[in-house]
Parts: sequence; C-alpha cells; structure tokens
Amino acid sequence: MRLRSLVPLIYILFLMLPIYWLLAMSFKTTNEILGGFSLFPQRWTLANYQAIFTDPTWYWGYINSIIYVSLNSIISLLAALPAAYAFSRFRFLGDKHLFFWLLTNRMAPAAVFALPFFQLYSAANLFDTHLAVALAHCLFNIPLAVWILEGFMSGIPKELDETAYVDGYSFPRFFITIFIPSIKAGVGVAAFFCFMFSWVELLLAKTLTAVEAKPIAATMTRTASSAGYELGLLAAAGVLTIIPGAIVIYFVRNYIAKGFALGRV
Amino acid sequence: MTLELRNVTKNVGLETHIYETSLKFEPGGFNILLGATNAGKSTLVRLLAGLERPTQGEVWFDGRNVTGESPQRRNISLVHQFFINYPHMTVYENIASPLRVGGVAKPEIDRRVRETADILQLGPMLKRRPQELSGGQQQRTALARAIVKQSKAIFLDEPLANLDYKLREELREQLPDILDERGTVVVYATSEPTEALLLGGHTALVHQGHVTQFGRTTDIYRSPSNLVSARVFSDPPINLAPVEKRADQIHLDNLTWSVRGDAATLGDGRYTIGIRPQHITPTRPNAPSVPVHGQVKITELSGSESIAHFSIGDRIWVSLSPGVHQCQVGEPHEFYLIPDHCYYFDGTGALAARGTAHG
Repeated sequence: MRLRSLVPLIYILFLMLPIYWLLAMSFKTTNEILGGFSLFPQRWTLANYQAIFTDPTWYWGYINSIIYVSLNSIISLLAALPAAYAFSRFRFLGDKHLFFWLLTNRMAPAAVFALPFFQLYSAANLFDTHLAVALAHCLFNIPLAVWILEGFMSGIPKELDETAYVDGYSFPRFFITIFIPSIKAGVGVAAFFCFMFSWVELLLAKTLTAVEAKPIAATMTRTASSAGYELGLLAAAGVLTIIPGAIVIYFVRNYIAKGFALGRV
Repeated sequence: MTLELRNVTKNVGLETHIYETSLKFEPGGFNILLGATNAGKSTLVRLLAGLERPTQGEVWFDGRNVTGESPQRRNISLVHQFFINYPHMTVYENIASPLRVGGVAKPEIDRRVRETADILQLGPMLKRRPQELSGGQQQRTALARAIVKQSKAIFLDEPLANLDYKLREELREQLPDILDERGTVVVYATSEPTEALLLGGHTALVHQGHVTQFGRTTDIYRSPSNLVSARVFSDPPINLAPVEKRADQIHLDNLTWSVRGDAATLGDGRYTIGIRPQHITPTRPNAPSVPVHGQVKITELSGSESIAHFSIGDRIWVSLSPGVHQCQVGEPHEFYLIPDHCYYFDGTGALAARGTAHG
C-alpha cells in the first residue's frame, strides 16, 4: 500500500480509537476493565446493556433526553422559519445588525445563563420539566437555525414567491406547500444541528432538572453505586448516547454537504 | 378588456424608478416594453401585475381600478427571465398548480394540462422535475403554467434572455402562435430591438424611467419621435452627428448632400441627424447615397450580418449590412450613407423631419 493512502488510514484509526475503546469496554465486565489491559473483551457480556434497558432510572434518561431534544428542535424550527424568511426577503432598519446579533448569542457560555434560568423556571413552575430544557436550549438553537435557514432561503430567488402569488397562492399556502419543500435540505440540516446541540448540552439540562426530566448525560454522572464503580455500564450508556446522533446524521449527510457549500454550517 | 396605467409614478426611497406614465394595453398582439437593462421595464411589469404598488396614480384592469389589489386576485400570469418553476414538483404538477389553487375540477385540470403540454412540446417530460430539464424546457414549463390558467393578462419579463441563441429563435417563432387568439393582454419586456420588430404589435420605449414613445411597433420604428426613442429602438446603436442645414444643403463635417421631402422644409440651422447602421452600406446601394471615406476600426459578424465600425476624423460610424463582407481593419474603405433614411432632430431632441424613405 502506498504512503498516500496510509496517512488518512492512520488518521481515521486514531479518530476511531476512543470510540472503539468505549465500545469494547461496554462489552466487558467491570472486573475485567479494572483488571488490566486487554484489546478485546476476554469474556463478552451483554449484561451492561441489559441493565440499562431494564432499569427505569437508566432508560428514562434516554426518553427524557429524546423528549426535550425533539421538543426543542420543533420549537426552534417553528420560530426560525418565519424569522429566516424575514431576514432573507425583507429589508428593514437594522436588519443586518440584528442578524449578526443573533449569531453572537451562540457565543454566550451556557454557564452564564444557568443561574437566571434556574431562578426563572423555578418561579414559573417549569423546573424539572421537559419544556424547561427545550426552551432553555432555544437560546442557542434558534439563532443557529435562523442562520442556517437564511442561507438556504436566500438561495431561492424572490421571483419564486412572486410567481406563486401571481399563480394565486396565498402567502401561508405558498410558504407551506412551495417554499418549505423547496428548502427541505436546509430544514433537515437545521433540525440536525438543533438536535445535536441540544443532545450534547449538559449544563443547562442538568441545572433545570431533578428527577422527572433528568437527561441521560446527567444520569451518567452517577458513576459510583453500591457495587462500586460500574465502568462497563457507563461505557454501554455512552455507546447508546452516540447512536441517535449517528442515525440522524446518516439521513442528512447529503444535505450537510450542501450546507457547507453555502457556508452556513 | 384593457390594462391601463393612469399617471403612475414609482419611487423607491429617494430614487424615482418610474416617472409619471400613462399606458393603455389592449388584447390581441404583443405589447412590448423595449428598453435597456435597468430602464424600468421590470418595474413597469411589476406595477402592472400588482407585485408593487404605484407611489401615485392608478392601475385599471378590465374596467376596474385594481391599484391596491393583490396579484392573487387579478387573474394574471407571469413568466420571469430566470426559469422559475416549483423545484419539488413534477412538470405536470407545476403546470397544474395554478388550476389546483383556483379550485378547478380534477378531470378538467388533467385535460388542460395535457393540452397545454402538447402545445409546448412538453408531453414526454410531464413526470420529470424541472431541474432534470434543459433551460428551454424549463422556460416552456413556466410558459405552460402561465397559459394554462387562461388568465386575462400575461406578463413576460425578458422570457428568452437566458436561453441560448438557437432556442431563443425557436421559442420566439412559436410565441405568437402560443399566445395569440386567447383574448388576453400580452405584455412582453425585452432589451432587444430586433425582438420587438419580430414580435410586432405595439411597443412602448422605456428609457431611464420614462416611457418615451408608445404606438404600433412599426410606426415608432419608422418615426421615432425624439432622439432618445431613436437610440432605444436601434441595434446596433443609431449613428448620430451634428449637421447644419444651409439652403437645400446639409453639411456634416466635410460631407454635403442636398435634401428632399420633409427635410427640405426645415429652416436653416443646426440639427442632429440619426441614421441607422443598416443605412450606411459598405457597397454602393441602388438608392441615392453619399460616399464616405473611412478607416475601418472593428469588424464583427452577427449571424449572417456584417458590422463595421469606421472612423472619419474623430467620429465613429457603424455600418450594418446583410451578408459577409470582408473589410480589412486599419485599411481605408468607402462606405455609402443613404440620406433619404436620415432622421433630423432639432435642438430639443424632438424629431423635426425624416428622409423620404421611412424605415
């Protein structure tokens, strides 16, 4: 094999190594993990996965995460679609500044908002609900979705809107039956990024929940139990955390390339 | 049924896009808006279609004042310069869409879509999506969507500008057949004088937000009412030069010719003449002519026509002649100016007289 193809191969191997290690660990017993170095599980076990799928405190972590992540993606898109349309189609006073300001919201560290959000949601009786986390994540997901969607929308000529009006389409009908299908790639990409950022965000999700809406990432911080360190169990939980992202990215992989080409991802 | 602009102006911010304009378009034949890019043709189309509201004045359509009415309610169709189709729909669905929105019954939609697709030779493409079609087919789809509606007015905003030469010729030939005898008002914006002449009908000349002249296409081609109109309606650009009339003689630099017809009645004084490039020929014409000794600067071929730019002193003239003529660049060559085809404009730019041969 020539050096040229060897280099990317080695690179990919390095990238995959931690993921492999996690995967291998998830099939080992905790004793084997703590026992010493082994490249492959010496005794394969599915007990770790079995534990997660039978223990409600574990699997409800996933369900909670999926609920607030989906809720967040829907809210973000519903708010971002009209906003992005306005930015791409209309000129108004300060539009460019407002657009850039939206983006700067992404630069704010979540830690800054943890305390005010905690206080606010407690006062509004939203503490420890899925909605609380979903709304909190809108802080960075709506600007992102607006930014991505605006790029895709600006790629659609304004003449399309006008043609539709002349053809007799009312604005809502045009927007839903013509415009959104025309930018479905953008909607897919925006939904994916909302999903991903909400899925991996830990701080706000952990701060705003206690029991009822506790996300999987928070459950995973529960490293020690009465049986000592359950490293195998944690590894299995980690693997299951990666899977939803992998599934979603598989569906939008072609669209994301388009998003990169537009410079909006 | 007519479509009218009554004293319409359009300002955007501090800029005036359309100065006060009144126009009246009738069904039957093309109503052409001819002007250079950015002259205001598209703005006029958008005002007529209701996509923009006039700053002042009224739009009347079919005996009603429709000034504030949305385009949805006007029963009109529009074809843009860019090939605008609904990308996620098939050609069939694209053509059917205005009918579906209009609540036409399904069998009727099917019948009309297929009929229209046949006229525009889209029959085999009905199941494809617009992106899978050639530019010409995409524009045919847009045209089909415009005519299937059987609307009362169709606006075509430079519909052929983005097509390649051959497709443009082909579609231009078919357009009158496709659009004629539908009892609709057809408004066609173009930047090409040749296109206006080929499509006939009526023409409005648009220049920097003003409609400088409106009338039957052939009439305004034959007698442009002023310098601006003459310039708008000439491709390549009309040759202009200052002349002086003394007695029965016209003096242009060191050229002299005697005038006949209308021009003979002009008072002595200074005028500007306009002469179209096709009336300066590289070979001796049958009509009376004035020989001009020029030096050839540029030659170009446009289809089967030859264009030569030549200079006499500081002045550059353009000659256009059918057939392929070889003029050596840099060499002197004798051209022939046909004075009977000259237009004489007075100091204000208004047409004062025409040569005896019109057109």
